[in-house]
Amino acid sequence: MRNYMKLEIPSKSVNEAFARAAVGAFAAQTDLDINELADIKTSVSEAVTNSIIHGYRDAEGVVYIECEIKAGKNCVVSVTVRDEGTGIANVERAMEPLFTTAPDEERSGMGFTVMQSFMDTLDVVSEKGKGTTVKMSKYIHSREGGGEII
Amino acid sequence: MKCEIEQIGGSLVVKLGGEIDQHCAEEIRGDIDRELDIKKSSSLIIDLGDVEFMDSSGLGLIMGRYKKMAGRGGTIMLARPKPNVDRLLEMSGIKKLIGRNKTKE
Repeated sequence: MRNYMKLEIPSKSVNEAFARAAVGAFAAQTDLDINELADIKTSVSEAVTNSIIHGYRDAEGVVYIECEIKAGKNCVVSVTVRDEGTGIANVERAMEPLFTTAPDEERSGMGFTVMQSFMDTLDVVSEKGKGTTVKMSKYIHSREGGGEII
Repeated sequence: MKCEIEQIGGSLVVKLGGEIDQHCAEEIRGDIDRELDIKKSSSLIIDLGDVEFMDSSGLGLIMGRYKKMAGRGGTIMLARPKPNVDRLLEMSGIKKLIGRNKTKE
């Protein structure tokens, strides 16, 4: 069984909490455990924060969030976070732990590292001036009854 | 988000609660730094016991306070992180930076 949702939010930092809560609530229809839920919510928070503070910086734009659940024996929760902001010049470099373009603002530079650690797959596509798309997914490890939608 | 600050002896004790993300990290940072500068505290204890959610913005906040305290010869201690927050701290390597003996369960 497949299920999905789409969400559009303006790039206001107050929406970070809403975005992760919305994705978390949607993903909760699988029988994921509390750690898997926390991993997804934290990763969504990182991706949305990146779009807001790096993608759009001082301008306001739209952050597009999609979440898809493929339930069944091999249950997967996939989340795509997309912006039409400045884009990342060097994705490989941006994904290095502790790399930050804004050291004065006390960014930890750990956003992509968190996504890599907490999700099972992470794919970042970015083009300077066009925006960034982050696609990540997490396998919901089946317990009794597997990853059926409940 | 909750941020209660109290000076106990030479230590500044900061009780954080709720959700810590980029939206509120700046306000917390400002509150802590202001008190640290006024009280000249030699140690900073951040009580994470009531923090339900934290992302890497919280790590940036803690790293920044660690640098500030280290720069003045002081210490920092993290207390009572919930399991999901503790996993983030563990993954980031920040616990090794601060020192295991300084992280109270």
